Amino acid sequence: MHIVDGALANEVVIGGAALAAGGIALGLRRLPLEKIPAAGVLSASFFVASLIHVPIGPSSVHLIMNGLAGLILGWAAFPALFVGLLLQAVFFGFGGLTVLGVNTVNIALPAVIVYYVCRRGVTRGTPLVAAIWAGFGGALAIALTTALVGLSLMLSGDAFIPAAKLVFFAHIPVMVIEGLLSAAAIYLAAQVKPDLFDAMKGAPS
Amino acid sequence: MGHILTAERQTLNDTGAGHGGALARLDPRARILGACAFAMVTVACSWMPVLVAALLLAAGLMWLSRVPVAPTLRRMAAMDSFIIFLLALLPFSVPGDAIFTLWGFAASWQGLALAVEILLTANAVVLALLSLVGTMEPVTLGHALSRLRVPDTLVHLLMFTIRYIDVLRAEYLRLRQAMKMRGFRPATNWHSYRSFGYLVGMMLVRAIERSERVLGAMKCRGFAGRIPLLETLAYGRSDVLFAAGLGAALLALSAAEIAHAAV
Repeated sequence: MHIVDGALANEVVIGGAALAAGGIALGLRRLPLEKIPAAGVLSASFFVASLIHVPIGPSSVHLIMNGLAGLILGWAAFPALFVGLLLQAVFFGFGGLTVLGVNTVNIALPAVIVYYVCRRGVTRGTPLVAAIWAGFGGALAIALTTALVGLSLMLSGDAFIPAAKLVFFAHIPVMVIEGLLSAAAIYLAAQVKPDLFDAMKGAPS
Repeated sequence: MGHILTAERQTLNDTGAGHGGALARLDPRARILGACAFAMVTVACSWMPVLVAALLLAAGLMWLSRVPVAPTLRRMAAMDSFIIFLLALLPFSVPGDAIFTLWGFAASWQGLALAVEILLTANAVVLALLSLVGTMEPVTLGHALSRLRVPDTLVHLLMFTIRYIDVLRAEYLRLRQAMKMRGFRPATNWHSYRSFGYLVGMMLVRAIERSERVLGAMKCRGFAGRIPLLETLAYGRSDVLFAAGLGAALLALSAAEIAHAAV
């Protein structure tokens, strides 16, 4: 969900940029150079995942998977998702330049929240328990992202309020799909490679 | 977005850097800063003629950078469906003088003006960004950002992401092909969603395993916790000219906006 330049109020743009800078700084502090290859390759895979279109009825949606990114990367999801958004803006013209901060917060903050809410449930217990928590996390991340997008718009002007509400309800199917996909992805990963979640571990916090 | 990646730009490593054009010879830092300045000025302006002028200026930059016109314009115009929806709703949600009524809802001129304003701003910024920075080789973008004092960790993360997007995309396409061979046809059902989920999970597992091999290879070559960035960038006379020209144009836009606001 990329907001474009010119739609938001200056205060929202500046606030978003400041929050994003803070989140990225925190993420980078938890990212020693040893972990850069893992973070970079994961960042690239979430970029590729956003190219996947999943059918929903006659239409299709593209994946965001920020919940999954949060579960695996933790705070490092902030710089990793920022890099993805930067590349999308610069090379594909998605979103915009001044709104990069707001867009980063809208995608990455839910990822970090999901990390704190669901990480424990995903790493402990059987693959089935992990999958249920991951499904909840995947859906929660999209719900929070949509809510944050709505909030950025509402703070920018009352004229956006009806649209923001409609956008939230229109994304409920997307939440379900992302939840299902996240659950299946973690169910597989927990069986094939249980130490997937240790990829970012060992980083000083 | 997939269609955009496949249609014109096969890989991120092979980009429009070889296009030539007057902009390609400029210092990447000048182009990045120019795009940022352009975005800030354009977003700050709201008078319609100024925004049209900004869009024309961006079109001029596109002409200078010699990017293929049709695909660039298509990329510029592409927006998320929710933004299009949002803009379409604006005439109805902003109160003002009515143009027409649809099912009891009045569309206002003020709302339409706001929607057009956002459209002009968004397209001008994206067009300038695609022309100035999008024509760069992604790796050059990393080097330039590093010279612009962006933290090294972030630059390294960017470089790794750029390097592995194509690799992982190829892996994704291989997995999709294998699924297709086994008769998978995406539809709206539980089986499809589970299969897509497994696909994402498998991609993540393979990505982590690849990153372990990458780190091993780096250590084998004496990786000591620092990646040298070798590119030397020189700020030359043409860069000064470019900065002066773009700066003057942006100043003129701001002056027009301020003069209009003062009236």
